[in-house]
Amino acid sequence: MGKAQKAVQWDPTDIKQKLLEKYPPKVARKRAKQILINEAQENTTPEITANVRTIPGIITMRGCTYAGCKGVIMGPTSDIVNLVHGPIGCSFYAWLTRRNQSDASGHENANFINYCMSTDMQDSDIIFGGEKKLELAIQEAYDTFHPKAIAIFATCPVGLIGDDIHAVARKMKEKFGDCNVFAFSCEGYKGVSQSAGHHIANNQVFTHLVGKSEQEKTDKYKINLLGEYNIGGDGFEIDRILKKCGITNIATFSGNSTYDQFASANQADLSCVMCHRSINYVADMLETKYGIPWIKVNFIGAEATAKSLRKIGAYFADQELVDKIEEVIAEEMPSVKAICEDVLPRTTGKTAMLFVGGSRAHHYQELFSEMGMKTLSAGYEFAHRDDYEGREVIPNLKVDADSRNIEEIEVSADPELFKPRKSEEELKALEKSGFEFKEYEGLIPDMDKDTLIIDDLNQYEAEKLVELLKPDIFCAGIKEKFSIQKLGIPMKQLHSYDSGGPYAGFKGAINFYQEIDRLVTSKVWSYMKAPWEENPELSATYVWE
Amino acid sequence: MLLRHTPKEVTERKALTINPAKTCQPIGAMYAALGIKGCLPHSHGSQGCCAYHRSTLTRHYKEPISAATSSFTEGASVFGGQANLLQAINNIFTVYEPEVIAVHTTCLSETIGDDLPQIFDKAIKEKKVPEGKTVLGAPTPSYVGSHVTGFSNMVKAMAALARKSENRNGKVNIIPGWVEPCDMEEIKRLAAMMDVKINMFPDTSGVLNGPLNGEYHMFPDGGTPIEDIKSSGDASGTLALGEWCSADAARTLDSKCKVPCSVLDMPFGLQATDRFIDALRKIAGTSVAEEVSAERGQLVDMISDMHQYFYHKKVAIFGDPDQLISMVEFLVAIDMCPIHIVTGTPGKKFERRIKEITKDVPYEVNVKAAGDMFLLHQWIKNEPVDLLIGNTYGKYMARDEDIPFIRWGFPILDRQGHQYFPTVGYKGGIRMLEKILGVLLDRMDRDNPEEKFELVY
Repeated sequence: MGKAQKAVQWDPTDIKQKLLEKYPPKVARKRAKQILINEAQENTTPEITANVRTIPGIITMRGCTYAGCKGVIMGPTSDIVNLVHGPIGCSFYAWLTRRNQSDASGHENANFINYCMSTDMQDSDIIFGGEKKLELAIQEAYDTFHPKAIAIFATCPVGLIGDDIHAVARKMKEKFGDCNVFAFSCEGYKGVSQSAGHHIANNQVFTHLVGKSEQEKTDKYKINLLGEYNIGGDGFEIDRILKKCGITNIATFSGNSTYDQFASANQADLSCVMCHRSINYVADMLETKYGIPWIKVNFIGAEATAKSLRKIGAYFADQELVDKIEEVIAEEMPSVKAICEDVLPRTTGKTAMLFVGGSRAHHYQELFSEMGMKTLSAGYEFAHRDDYEGREVIPNLKVDADSRNIEEIEVSADPELFKPRKSEEELKALEKSGFEFKEYEGLIPDMDKDTLIIDDLNQYEAEKLVELLKPDIFCAGIKEKFSIQKLGIPMKQLHSYDSGGPYAGFKGAINFYQEIDRLVTSKVWSYMKAPWEENPELSATYVWE
Repeated sequence: MLLRHTPKEVTERKALTINPAKTCQPIGAMYAALGIKGCLPHSHGSQGCCAYHRSTLTRHYKEPISAATSSFTEGASVFGGQANLLQAINNIFTVYEPEVIAVHTTCLSETIGDDLPQIFDKAIKEKKVPEGKTVLGAPTPSYVGSHVTGFSNMVKAMAALARKSENRNGKVNIIPGWVEPCDMEEIKRLAAMMDVKINMFPDTSGVLNGPLNGEYHMFPDGGTPIEDIKSSGDASGTLALGEWCSADAARTLDSKCKVPCSVLDMPFGLQATDRFIDALRKIAGTSVAEEVSAERGQLVDMISDMHQYFYHKKVAIFGDPDQLISMVEFLVAIDMCPIHIVTGTPGKKFERRIKEITKDVPYEVNVKAAGDMFLLHQWIKNEPVDLLIGNTYGKYMARDEDIPFIRWGFPILDRQGHQYFPTVGYKGGIRMLEKILGVLLDRMDRDNPEEKFELVY
């Protein structure tokens, strides 16, 4: 890699071309459609290609369907035994590696988060089938832990040899009587990214858990928080703020979640969607089946948090709640502002790049802009077009072969549990006042003209981008961390937050300001070259002369 | 309590593994492949495997781990992965320009039966492999053995590249096994001190402990050049360190190129290092350098100084078989009592070796090859220990049971420095003793009542 050249010398077309020039023609053609120069046009959003296959041999940031299902969605649930049916590795790698925290430290709830369970399939199981072993493993898990529920996850070879995990789950559920057993066909090869796994997980949670609680929730302002995984304690901070406002979070999907939370989700009066990608369809299903409207929220960034709280207040349209929310915002903001003002002189004018998840690369731009930092380039690891372009493109999305084998479930109004939360008139009035239900505009409209939006960024392009545009900070995952840092650019993990967090809500904003301040002002980045490398020529004069 | 559902009573489990002390083959193959100079490891299967292996290795070594994947979707899983691998080989050589691609399989490509040598032939015929570049492959089904097996299989695939010419090159092959890059450096240092010319593979030093200087090189200067691996058939002998990690490769060299081999234990601790140095001396026909003997003497000196704190202290330890065998021997040598020992990697031979090493330990010794950390924890609950040694995941047990804990082995995700400070050789032994004494005395300082809190130990 050559020496960095200053960003201003390049226009985005040049940069795009530089990213593509080394690829074989077929690869270049494909990648060209996933790299978009943001040209804001009159009322239209440019089209990007997303949710397509990863190119073999190109070092990708993506993971697999199993990772999305077990790791992301079900991983953070504390009182469900997660049993992986497959060779040992799949279960091992998803063992405590996402930093989703759980506060089941009291003794009333079970907490299986710290356990890693697997059928540890051996070659004989592959040859003769693994159903018997799975059945016995479920029995042993039940005998050892007596959990409320056992979730079974399929890995690649399970799908190939055709073990019927769902039949085994049904059989064991019937046998136990007091333990809900269900399974996920989340083999790693399905779909094109983690996204397929989120879908498979959510559908099963919706089918096997939601609506199953007998306990009635009688709180006044009840919401669900969808797409919040409590990485580094984000969910704790959001819950703190909600509680302070007098809002009850019935269920978080799925940070710090419990069986009962999922089972009671149908009792909320509003669903608030954080990560659009991983869960927007669940919000739709909750509305169709139970009559719960949904809105998009964002608790990343202090302003965004305030805005989201006000949105919730407006929905419930209760002056008492609206006033309380304003009071909380007024109480929290001064300390946030104080820290922000402290860091601003050092962060203003700095630049960032964000390549994470399926909403994070969007949400974190709020925090950066609060610090006066501009996002030069961003994109998602496993998003679909609607995450970039907005939900209006959903009806036009092509269903390709890889999407077709991800189950879609049809839901209709529940004969007993469906209950419209607002009358038609109330909804209309809200919409008329500018309130948006079921709306997400996506990443593209929020980014500046001429910024680069790149889907499924890979290591080669990441390195090129950094070399050409020299951002002050780069945000991605652990796999990208050290190759970027070797280039002398600080890298912040926005999947697992390195060791930091929370970054959501008001306290989270403060943490983030301080963390980014630390990263972009760290002296270490000035040590890249030794004095003798900066100035290697020796002259004939000695220093003491 | 973090693991509060772990009952004290041990019941036999036939199908359920809880908290494994091992992981799967491909990650070992990936690590081994990084020890070849200019090599890009490639995972033939769905992309999640590669992502997981890269993440875990990155978290352990705190270094970039580059590796490619065939990115199987459902189609490839049904029709076979040949098209994906051919495309991958072409893309990799075009975009990243490695010298070598080291392909390993996954449970997915193994189950559908993809034939790597056949696909490589096709890639070569279709000119997807540029002149002078190498593609090698190892079968690493995840449902056989463990990560150690995968490491061994990839090293064996390297040895299979060896050829024999007319001339012996006078070098000694050293196959170091799965140790840290700094351990490999230490082995090279010891050999250099003894003036023995060695050819070591794999060698991740210089690859996975690189400097930070504002430049990123996907292929750093370290690693064993592929030519050296190929010429290992001309060596005068091979020392394979570790039966599980290295013996298969050494025996491949022996049967293919008639290079005599000797399988030793990994040189952790006093006696295993003694045997290594002695073997090196004999095979190279040289005498042991005085500096090496002096280092040995320093280690013995430390053992004598520290002995009072170690004597008859009970230890639980888990990790990989080759590492455990030498470390358990070392613990016994300093009069500690390793009493609960688990490696996830199967093999009855392991249990026999450990039983033999611990036969004079004055406690009942629990050992299980195909065991897990859940079982180890239960043993500890029944017979508490003074020290726990193992990878990062041990910290949950250590906290629950309030046991001094030393991180050693793979993976270490929550501490740093292990990639720089060797634990092999006499110097490594000294470091290990320092760590053990540190945690034991920290515990005394924490727990002693004020009147027993002392300045001098």
